[in-house]
Amino acid sequence: MAKIPVTFTLNGSERAAFAEEGLNLLEFLRRAVGDLSPKYGCGQGTCGACTVIIDGETHLSCLTMADAVQGRKVETASGLANGKVHPLQEAFMEHFAAQCGYCTPGMLMSAKVLLDRNPSPTRAEVIEAISGNLCRCTGYAPIIDAILATANTRRLA
Amino acid sequence: MIEFRKEFFANERDDNLNEIGKPTRRQDILGHVTGRSPYFDDHLFEGLLHIRCVRSPYHRARIRRIDISAAEKMPGVVRVLLGKDVPRNLNTLLSLLDFGLDDEPVLSETKVAYKGEPVAAVIAESEAEARAAVKTVKVEWEVLPHVLDVEDAIKPGAPVVCDVYPTNKFIYHGKFDHQKLRYGDVEEAFNRSDHIVEGRYQMSPIEQAPIETCGAIAAPEVNDRYVCFTSTQGLFFSLGTAAKLLTMPSSRLHFVGGTVGGGFGGKVDSMHEPLAILGAMLTGRPCKYAWDREEEMQVGAPRGAERWYIKDGVARDGRILARKFTGYFDSGAYTRLSSYAIIKGVGHLPGPYTIPNVYADVFCVYTNRTPATAMRGFGITGVDFAIEAHMDKVAETVGLNPIDLRILNSYRDGDMKAHRRVAKNCALVECCQVVAEKGGIALSPASRQATSMTDGGGERGLLPSRTATDQNGAVSGYRAGDYGKKGGNKSGPQPVQSPMPTYASTAPAPQRPAGPAYQPVTPAQPAAPAPAPATETPRHGALRFSSLSGFRRR
Amino acid sequence: MRVESYKTLAEAARAMGPDAVFMAGGTLVMRDVNAGESASRIIRSADPALTEIRATGDGFSIGAGVTMARIVAHRDLPFLAPVARAVGGPQVRNMATVGGNLFAHHPYGDFAVALLALGARVVLAGQGGAKPLDDLLRERGRSGGPSLIVASIEVPRPRDPRAFGFVKVSRIKPKGVSVMSIAVNLPRDSGRIRGARVAFGAMGPAPLRVSAVERVLEGQSLDAATIARAAQLAGDGLDPPTDALASAWYRREVAGTHLRRLLEKMERG
Repeated sequence: MAKIPVTFTLNGSERAAFAEEGLNLLEFLRRAVGDLSPKYGCGQGTCGACTVIIDGETHLSCLTMADAVQGRKVETASGLANGKVHPLQEAFMEHFAAQCGYCTPGMLMSAKVLLDRNPSPTRAEVIEAISGNLCRCTGYAPIIDAILATANTRRLA
Repeated sequence: MIEFRKEFFANERDDNLNEIGKPTRRQDILGHVTGRSPYFDDHLFEGLLHIRCVRSPYHRARIRRIDISAAEKMPGVVRVLLGKDVPRNLNTLLSLLDFGLDDEPVLSETKVAYKGEPVAAVIAESEAEARAAVKTVKVEWEVLPHVLDVEDAIKPGAPVVCDVYPTNKFIYHGKFDHQKLRYGDVEEAFNRSDHIVEGRYQMSPIEQAPIETCGAIAAPEVNDRYVCFTSTQGLFFSLGTAAKLLTMPSSRLHFVGGTVGGGFGGKVDSMHEPLAILGAMLTGRPCKYAWDREEEMQVGAPRGAERWYIKDGVARDGRILARKFTGYFDSGAYTRLSSYAIIKGVGHLPGPYTIPNVYADVFCVYTNRTPATAMRGFGITGVDFAIEAHMDKVAETVGLNPIDLRILNSYRDGDMKAHRRVAKNCALVECCQVVAEKGGIALSPASRQATSMTDGGGERGLLPSRTATDQNGAVSGYRAGDYGKKGGNKSGPQPVQSPMPTYASTAPAPQRPAGPAYQPVTPAQPAAPAPAPATETPRHGALRFSSLSGFRRR
Repeated sequence: MRVESYKTLAEAARAMGPDAVFMAGGTLVMRDVNAGESASRIIRSADPALTEIRATGDGFSIGAGVTMARIVAHRDLPFLAPVARAVGGPQVRNMATVGGNLFAHHPYGDFAVALLALGARVVLAGQGGAKPLDDLLRERGRSGGPSLIVASIEVPRPRDPRAFGFVKVSRIKPKGVSVMSIAVNLPRDSGRIRGARVAFGAMGPAPLRVSAVERVLEGQSLDAATIARAAQLAGDGLDPPTDALASAWYRREVAGTHLRRLLEKMERG
């Protein structure tokens, strides 16, 4: 199978690796690049555990061909903490917004894009923003609370 | 929103607790929010191989022939495994507790009993290549009639799902084809009841659906050992199961787990580790065996379906005099944990109510459905749904408010329960009162005045003067197992219980090594003293610590 | 499996064949790739024409590669925004395309239902002119499927925004799969409905129109009696599938109720 060189920016750093033809971005990030924070949950675009940010928009890495990020900017949960934990991460810890933690990286990506675009979301807007991310443990309420709390803290700061 | 109702049991409780009522951060949450918690698939191996299974498209079929020659020539294929490659291709999960007969192969060789049952496993360089090769395995099937309903399955002449249990019923304690509960005499009590209330309740199977699918990665380690990263919820359980199926001492297996992407009971079946380790043994390379989402939904063991028939004898004033259960657990094609769920469930009957005559026959039934397993309170939640639905039906029959009916029949401290233990720490009366208050439901004066601490014991604390017993469903040819015995079998952690039964045989299962007959569970250790409180404030009330159920009122 | 990338749509169209599938956003094709069930050749194109949205005389030309998220955000397409918002979750809307939705299999393809009711026409890559979406959806059902690429979709602008209504019925909100979706376009001429188009999704192998309902609406005003007659005929001639979300019986049984509610809501304005 042909190997395709892919050069892109991952969490602010230039990266290059080879992708097999037809490989999805999730497997490429995990196995070829070594970023294990996006998770496999379904391979069908249903669960959102593989959510990454490409050029400021959330995408499902399991349904994205690896070479589609050629020259683009990719962000993942492993890059969210920059020296210190991101306010969203702090709020997720404080509000018990993770139990098994498996949906958390994808959930954080959806939450980050929401707050980047809409610093004061309503509860309904938060629910809409994470509607593509399934969580089986928490019942969602602590996650919604954590995202709203992050927005509130930022407004006060 | 949590509300603490501290007026209840105030003198029996120490409010100076270290954790309860106080927010606490999970110890593993920093890893979770930074995407660094190491789940089984977050361990990278050079040269990782991928395992995918060839599965039955039928509910029940005989395997005439499996032709793997084309698959072996497919690109990337390293090896194709069949049942004969598994050192000991028969197991029952609870054999580690000496409970039940081996009934399930890792890879079936002669027949399949549910849709999706694996019959071969392809090991290939990539997942895509493994998938492609799976399609080229040719299985010659002889499709057989199947049965999907529990009551159909136990009719004479029904298709035999699991040859080890030819009547499609699990054998309890080597004696009966169902689990019994006999307490008092329900038939006598029905005769003097003012009302007979009957109901039939049916639950569906439920898939646990963790976001992380089940899987394991195994790799050769130094010193002739194998390391296995797994999503299991029961690490030592999986270790013991793998050691048994691979006939190797567990000291050669290095299991790493503990970080699980959601389980809810669906990750206790240890389906992945044995095959991943076997792959690593036979190829000398790291092997990953994980389900995709479709497999998780189709062959991942769900909470089993249950069907319950309940018959109550009720006095005019709402007191329940007798309750009779007939229950059918749909175990699916193999036992897994359903036999145990029933033991647990029968201990729970007749629900949190003091009923002087209780009778239950509960059957663990094999059908050609996906084998069932654990899920959040399995064995209890299903029958609780039936019981509480039935309580409403009783309330309607006698014309009582459903909450008044529950308070009237609730356990009080000191009452004797149907499994012959005295009720302690009862709180259902108080819970009902708060629910009524929150729901704006007017209770009767008697219900408002009731407490769990009064009116119990005395006559209500005595065993029935007579209990009607019977030999219905008695079986022969089985020996009572060791269930309940502590310390396991002397021969080691993975006793070989029986020669492997052949699938062609419909004879009763082979005899098992002699062991003590069934005896009720007793606590493993004498009651331990309560751990020292963190502060010097003396605890209120008389407390002792039980290894079975924590602190209890004396 | 091979992945082929072409600079222009015309080249991509020439490369299509019975063994090939065109991939845009990937939400449908990559599922099959992951499951090892895709066509042996995957055709892609980065032709900028695919992502254009242009106003035309009486409507819009929407490139087949335009995503649901862009439809939601586009200031000139408010009548389509609620439809696009009903597709998937945010990530899916950032990826899924208008063109792809025309090929989505049950229970997906809600956007195509709206386009069908609006009387949209499709422009095929490498071919002149546009043809009715009805024809494409019909051909889609045939074995093998068409080896073609949709370049763009021509959507007439509803003259009265209140003439167009859409509802997606799902069990989970805000992101659920369709029990059914219904799109209704009822242009009016001095109070009378002229050229009624009523389409259902998840009620057959592909989005389809219910001509019996269209006939009873034609020439009428949207009064209670007309709505009741339309609701009665809602399931007429439909053979909905049974799936994990609903049985065929249930879908047929509730189709009239959901159509009635939608029409009543449209009448209230």
